[in-house]
Amino acid sequence: MATPLAHARGSVGFQPVRIIASIRIALRALRRNKMRSLLTMLGIIIGVGAVIGSVSLTSGATKEVEDQVASLGESILIVFSGNYTSGGVRGGWGSAVTLTADDARAISRLPDVVAVSPEVRDREQVFANGLNWNTEVMGEGPDYPQIRNWQVASGSMFGDAEVRSLAKVAVVGQTVVDELFPNEDPVGQTIRIRNLPFKIVGVLVPKGFNLFGSDQDDIVLVPYTSHMHRITTRNFVNDIQVEAENNQVIDKVQNEITDLLLTRHRSPEQDFTVRNQLELMQIVTASSRAMGFLLAGVAAVSLAVGGIGIMNIMLVSVTERTREIGIRMAVGARAADILIQFLIEAVTLSVIGGAIGIVAGITFSLIVAYVKHMPDVTPIVWIVIAVVTSGFIGVVSGFYPAWKASKLDPIDALRYE
Amino acid sequence: MSSNAVIQLVDLHKVYHTGEVDVHAVRGVSLEIQPGQFIAIMGSSGSGKSTLMNMIGCLDRPTSGEYQLDGVNVSALDRDALAEIRNAKIGFVFQGFNLLSRTSALENVEMPMLYNHRRVHSEEQRERARQSLEIVGLAERADHHPNQLSGGQQQRVAIARALVNRPSLLLADEPTGNLDTQTSIEIMGVFQKLSDQGITIVMVTHELDIARYTKRMIVLRDGKIVTNEPVRDRLNAEQELVKLRQAQAAVKLA
Repeated sequence: MATPLAHARGSVGFQPVRIIASIRIALRALRRNKMRSLLTMLGIIIGVGAVIGSVSLTSGATKEVEDQVASLGESILIVFSGNYTSGGVRGGWGSAVTLTADDARAISRLPDVVAVSPEVRDREQVFANGLNWNTEVMGEGPDYPQIRNWQVASGSMFGDAEVRSLAKVAVVGQTVVDELFPNEDPVGQTIRIRNLPFKIVGVLVPKGFNLFGSDQDDIVLVPYTSHMHRITTRNFVNDIQVEAENNQVIDKVQNEITDLLLTRHRSPEQDFTVRNQLELMQIVTASSRAMGFLLAGVAAVSLAVGGIGIMNIMLVSVTERTREIGIRMAVGARAADILIQFLIEAVTLSVIGGAIGIVAGITFSLIVAYVKHMPDVTPIVWIVIAVVTSGFIGVVSGFYPAWKASKLDPIDALRYE
Repeated sequence: MSSNAVIQLVDLHKVYHTGEVDVHAVRGVSLEIQPGQFIAIMGSSGSGKSTLMNMIGCLDRPTSGEYQLDGVNVSALDRDALAEIRNAKIGFVFQGFNLLSRTSALENVEMPMLYNHRRVHSEEQRERARQSLEIVGLAERADHHPNQLSGGQQQRVAIARALVNRPSLLLADEPTGNLDTQTSIEIMGVFQKLSDQGITIVMVTHELDIARYTKRMIVLRDGKIVTNEPVRDRLNAEQELVKLRQAQAAVKLA
């Protein structure tokens, strides 16, 4: 053996906590007790798995809603005609016949308004090819595809000239094509509405069902003037679709339209109402978000339970290993070393549990999303939150047992049976 | 303090304040232990030998008096500093072996190096642990866990662990208390060999037979040293083992 004096140091100074050594000790200790380590982690695994799974599913559902609302156009306002009161009988929304095509033209001159389409709606029996079909015939302006964020797949949309000349032209949705022109290109063909021949100039891209379950492709678009003067005979429109510059100016545009129409109508009460899609989107997403918070709350409770489980096992472990703590202290472990050792054990348990929980949660949500044909969004932010939270739980639940261990007196600990 | 003694105790006192009565466990012990010394501390229970042992081992601090270990005045150090002194200068051997279960002999021996002031590289740790096991003759059992080893072998692992940081002082507390006669003699053989190599050993025991393998014997009574003398008729572990085997053979023949 070497001479003792050569190895020994004369003075004792500050030294950093030996983190790497402590991690190795902690991992060894956890490996010695695999079954117990796994069971201890189970609480965190379930907690984190529940958080990630539920958040993935609800954010998937929210995204589905948001996509649909976005497909309606995010910066869209709709002006509905309002209540009509006659002899004390109030008719309810849409009963007033107050909105006109002139209102639409006036709105289109407002700043921040990029597109306007007056809308007239009617269900009609349409005929073509010896087949017939009952569908929604909409009178619209040329801006309609732009406002609805809806492309024309083949052919083109009618323009201002057709609107001015009350042209008998139509743009049809995919469902109408499927029903009236199976295996045929409808562009250039004729469709009969109330016995009037309308030439099909375009076909819209299929859009599918909307949030409320109705088929958006079951539609025939004609110039609103043609609709108002040829198909039906009326001088008012059902509503006016307006697209604002962007969704930041929506509130401003909404106020401007309200002021403009109040002046134009000179009515004693407001006989119209202006709604925007943003409100709709907020209502729909708010409910799914509330659901998400509820699930996250449940998951947080199970995480807390998992943390208590870790604390419990760590306390048992400290008592069980009192002698080990004594030996370690005898061979030179300081209180801080013991504290760190047990703290790292607890953090390791919870972080490994958290990692397994993340994988389990993502797997679970992918399976559910696949079975239920839902979109699945893996929430990166929540994964980060889960990792940080499980580490935090480890520190919190491990601190008291670790502190207890570090405060042991080496002499008592060595004598402990 | 010009001497180069490993241990120098000057009028060491220890008083425990337990409830109403103060227990005066050690009452003025002065002692010098030179390098290479092999000392047995004896005494009945309550004589203060455990308390003295704990203070020498830097596990406990004296109430008054001075303790110089290897030139460092350790009587005034705090908990953390004492932990470092234990790590660097003292190797402990306990009655109950105190090995970590489900941990290989090699890892048990490596353990003190985890707490070294200067980080020891893990390969160097393994190498030094292996050397230490070689000294106690257990190199081929490095991968065995304590429950796969006999009591004597476990105690050898504990001695290897005590030696791994090349301490100034090996402190053994009833190292043969849990062992049979033959194994006890074998362990004393290991100590005698280490002592011959110049390692200072302080051993607490209550067995006179075991104390006779040491070089010097100290007897405590009521917290004071009553005897401090060299061991006469010192036993040699190797010779004793030979005698024991002959005796056993004789019994079998008869």
